[in-house]
Amino acid sequence: MAGHLLEVTELSTHFFTHAGVVKAVNGVSFTLDRRETLGIVGESGSGKTVAALSLMRLVPDPPGKIVEGSLLLGGRDLRTMSGEEIRRVRGNDIAMIFQDPMTSLNPVVKVGKQIAEAITLHQDKSKAEAWEMAAKLLARVGIPDADKRVSQYPFEFSGGMRQRAMIAMAISCNPDILIADEPTTALDVTIQAQIIDVIREMQERYESGVIAITHDLGVVAEIADKVMVMYGGRTVEYAGIDEIFYNPQHPYTWGLLGSLPRLDEAEKTRLTPIKGQPPDLLALPEGCPFVGRCAYERPECRDKWPSLEIVGAEHGVHCWIPADERLSARKRLPHFEKLVP
Amino acid sequence: MAEQHQDTSGNRIVEDLTISTTTERDVVEARLAGAKPLGLWADTWRRLRRNKLAVVGMWIIIVFMTVGGVEVLAAAAGTYVAPYDPNQENYALSPQGLGSPPSLQHPFGTDYLGRDVLSRVLVAARISLLVGVIAVAIALAIGLVAGPISGYYGGWIDSVIMRTADVFFAFPFILFVLLLLTVLPAGFGSVFIAIGILGWATYARLNRGSVLSVKAMEFVEAARAQGASDLRVIFRHVLPNTMAPIYVAIAMGIGGAISTEAALAFLGLGVQPPDASWGRMIADNLTYLAAGSWWMLFFPSFFLVVTVFGFISFGNGLRDATDPKLKE
Repeated sequence: MAGHLLEVTELSTHFFTHAGVVKAVNGVSFTLDRRETLGIVGESGSGKTVAALSLMRLVPDPPGKIVEGSLLLGGRDLRTMSGEEIRRVRGNDIAMIFQDPMTSLNPVVKVGKQIAEAITLHQDKSKAEAWEMAAKLLARVGIPDADKRVSQYPFEFSGGMRQRAMIAMAISCNPDILIADEPTTALDVTIQAQIIDVIREMQERYESGVIAITHDLGVVAEIADKVMVMYGGRTVEYAGIDEIFYNPQHPYTWGLLGSLPRLDEAEKTRLTPIKGQPPDLLALPEGCPFVGRCAYERPECRDKWPSLEIVGAEHGVHCWIPADERLSARKRLPHFEKLVP
Repeated sequence: MAEQHQDTSGNRIVEDLTISTTTERDVVEARLAGAKPLGLWADTWRRLRRNKLAVVGMWIIIVFMTVGGVEVLAAAAGTYVAPYDPNQENYALSPQGLGSPPSLQHPFGTDYLGRDVLSRVLVAARISLLVGVIAVAIALAIGLVAGPISGYYGGWIDSVIMRTADVFFAFPFILFVLLLLTVLPAGFGSVFIAIGILGWATYARLNRGSVLSVKAMEFVEAARAQGASDLRVIFRHVLPNTMAPIYVAIAMGIGGAISTEAALAFLGLGVQPPDASWGRMIADNLTYLAAGSWWMLFFPSFFLVVTVFGFISFGNGLRDATDPKLKE
């Protein structure tokens, strides 16, 4: 399909450190359209943040480097852009919301000024106009008394309000793509729900594509249209949101779902953790990075990365286990007993 | 679209329903925010005020700055503000060439040429103020460009700048000043410049350390994600967050520059006779101490020591007041 808003093909980002090459992202591909939300799920160190930073070319270089792949934003390749060109993309075409709202605002600059700065960087607006826009944006993301709030410092904001201010800053230039890197991880649960609502509202208003990076499958269920599950720098499975929850194919996805508490489960059942440790990114196996933790490991898993197996429309998985064996294995898992695909 | 209703305690709560995600919690938060929390500066000031020595230092600085400032303005207008002409010799007031002791007319006495010591001490404050401000300004201008760039970029740029700073630290300070003064044109302005040029390394090294910790913070990445250029990120987002230790260093640095100027004047560099500077007066009047004319030496030394003490104790107090580890 041509004409996606964003088309990432075979992206690989590696870090060249003294200890060796860290393959943080390895051949990751995905697409994103307007008004669509892609959830990237995976545990710490699975490469999801690096993948997102690569889109904005914000991976610290040295030691990080995008070694392979193409990143097409509306047909323009982000990878080959000059420093000046990519700076114009940042904030303007692609904006980012960071994980910790307590540290992602500059503590010595007024909130309004920080938003106004983002505006004047990309738009031909006077300082006064930008300031006015900043106040409007704060009101739009649901900050009461925005006219007063705009001239306050970040320390006068609560965590939830800071994250709202971050969102206001991110949407200030009407970006095509909004990257939310664990936008709710540092917030408490009631605020989480509000922030997710704000992000969705803004997405509708500006018709942006959203990339939501998270390890919280609850957030994914809430916000995403499709999901990419990453492990050890690789995409192990991608699918539409319902497919991921009701027809997961990869043993790692099963593990993720199995480690979640369920409302319909009897009390006092234990959660099933994924055994073992995440792989050492310095010494990833040639094959599937999940070897060693996977209960269904086969000899070929260690040596070769399985090619993409199309399971359904918009649903693909990288796994050596044959499809029928996968289904019967999944049926035996306690978490999926009640599952009717 | 605004809706009003009562909460449990009977307070009216207004909710703007146009913003679906605004909650009561936010309204309460906004109301609480009306009680302003203490800002960084207010907090620092509150703790500084409790430190007696720092307050004394602050008053010394205020008096010194006022006197020096008045003399700077007066000198610019070609005059002076003092009871007597500081350079006017009057041999009648210096019997046997030993000056005359403090009296009502001359509270600090007169020196070996019959010049009024009080007037000379006052006028000399101008030199000390100028050297303190100009030398530190020069040092800051260099240090606060070199330091942040060094820390932010790292790599070979960092190595080059920091090894250069090491060279500056390795040289004995007075010797380095003397060396520079042979290159710079004569005149006391060169002393300011020399002290300033040699002072940059302290600020650069100090600031580089703070930049290293600040640049790893998320708001720096957020600024870059907005599309801000490196220079903008460094000087607008990183540098302002690294200033607290710099303010302390400035207070200390001014005190240091004043005493360095005095040391150089003592060696005969900088201000030339008949103009007065505290160091110069100490050098000139030292020989008369043996003959019992203590006042010529005592008053300039006293003012020099008190001024430097003022800056250093204020600097110390400022450091304690801005140190989060000492917060009660």
